[in-house]
Amino acid sequence: MASKYGNYTFKGYRRDNGRVGVRNHVVILPVDDISNAACEAVANNIKGTMALPHAYGRLQFGPDLDLHFRTMIGTGANPNVAACVVIGIEPGWTKRIVDGIAETGKPVAGFSIEQNGDLKTIMDASRAAKGFVHYATELQREECSISELWVSTKCGESDTTTGLGSCPTVGNMYDKLLPEGIYGVFGETSEITGGEHICKERAATPEIGERWYHMWKAYQDDVIEANKVDDLSESQPTKGNIEGGLTTIEEKALGNLEKIGRVSRYINILEPAEAPKSGPGLYYMDTSSAAAECVTLMAAGGYAVHTFPTGQGNVVGNPIVPVIKISANPRTVRTMSEHVDLDVSGILRRDMTIDQAGDALVEMIVRTSNGRNTAAEALGHREFVMTKLYRSA
Amino acid sequence: MSNPHFLVHSPKDNVGVVVVEGLTAGTEMLGVVTETDVTLTLRAQHDIPIGHKVALKPLTDGETVVKYGEDIGRMVAGAAPGEHVHVHNLKTKRW
Repeated sequence: MASKYGNYTFKGYRRDNGRVGVRNHVVILPVDDISNAACEAVANNIKGTMALPHAYGRLQFGPDLDLHFRTMIGTGANPNVAACVVIGIEPGWTKRIVDGIAETGKPVAGFSIEQNGDLKTIMDASRAAKGFVHYATELQREECSISELWVSTKCGESDTTTGLGSCPTVGNMYDKLLPEGIYGVFGETSEITGGEHICKERAATPEIGERWYHMWKAYQDDVIEANKVDDLSESQPTKGNIEGGLTTIEEKALGNLEKIGRVSRYINILEPAEAPKSGPGLYYMDTSSAAAECVTLMAAGGYAVHTFPTGQGNVVGNPIVPVIKISANPRTVRTMSEHVDLDVSGILRRDMTIDQAGDALVEMIVRTSNGRNTAAEALGHREFVMTKLYRSA
Repeated sequence: MSNPHFLVHSPKDNVGVVVVEGLTAGTEMLGVVTETDVTLTLRAQHDIPIGHKVALKPLTDGETVVKYGEDIGRMVAGAAPGEHVHVHNLKTKRW
């Protein structure tokens, strides 16, 4: 059924693999923690590039190593990245990441430090990075259908106003844009606790719902129950959640789930940082509820725009994906206005409907996709945080 | 209609959410159930911060608190209508 949203367009960067980016970054990506310094030196040498330093990449193994590679390759492969320089301590894992990113068809080059040293590596990588900047800066935005957007969501520093206002705003946006063929994703496995019966029911089929429930239950049993030393009342909900009036994880979960709207159903479950492969629609990604970790994983899954409802004012951003902040809390909108892209506090005053707020968010997504920098981008929030599953070897 | 002091998600709920700053005890509050647009009034018995919950009915120790029409935990102390409901008298049933 045709709706007005189906006619919406934005100007994006069409990549060789058919995906559309809304940003045009040249990324300098470290394979491991000890290559951060070289990457930062290259980014300092070559203006218009950005290093993504992180804490891991050595002696990981098994599913934790798989997740590391998935996150690295997915970040470089994200359509908001025009080209990528990869630097690692040794050539083996460096090449594995370069080859993974190269499958997108975008320019990518790898450099390794052993038998070269930092200085030669930095010089060689800087020359490659300079070429990539020339390449990227000649690319032009072109008109794209809104159906080509991949929009993720995760809320943070939630309070009771997120469940009343900003999360239903995201849900309304998904109910409007998912039928137009966008990709969506939500996650935050710990934070569905108390609403798991609802989340299970929102699967597209009972079989998907059962798989979702087993994933959620495994997290409860293997992580929460195995490691908890108290009732998690200072972690879930957080101190900020409690300051904002949220009392229990059940209450937080029910507000969280408002983000998937009234009619949207998820069509598959993704591992952390896994790219969706079942076509357009809403996905569930098994993520932490920590903001920077979750947004980093969704970006590595290929999502190009992030919608972030906040009550008390989580200030998180991401280096490659614009993070649109939505708040319904009038105190936060007043005291932290520089962090808020979309003020939906009118919902609490009953002078703005959820439908109007959803339309305003669709418009903000289009403006952001056209190039408007988000508050987090303007303020320099580039939190790039890898998820680690267990101790390295 | 003037702006509400508190909102209630579902007609099944026994708590509402204060949505104005600086609410003081004694205020005659206007509330709206968002699902049905039904309005109600209630006198605040405490100063309740924005975003915090207010009891709509007498809540007894052990009683299940309902918000969004769903179970959000159990009372560990009583609360009268208009009183503040939060971590001092409401606990999770999980973890």
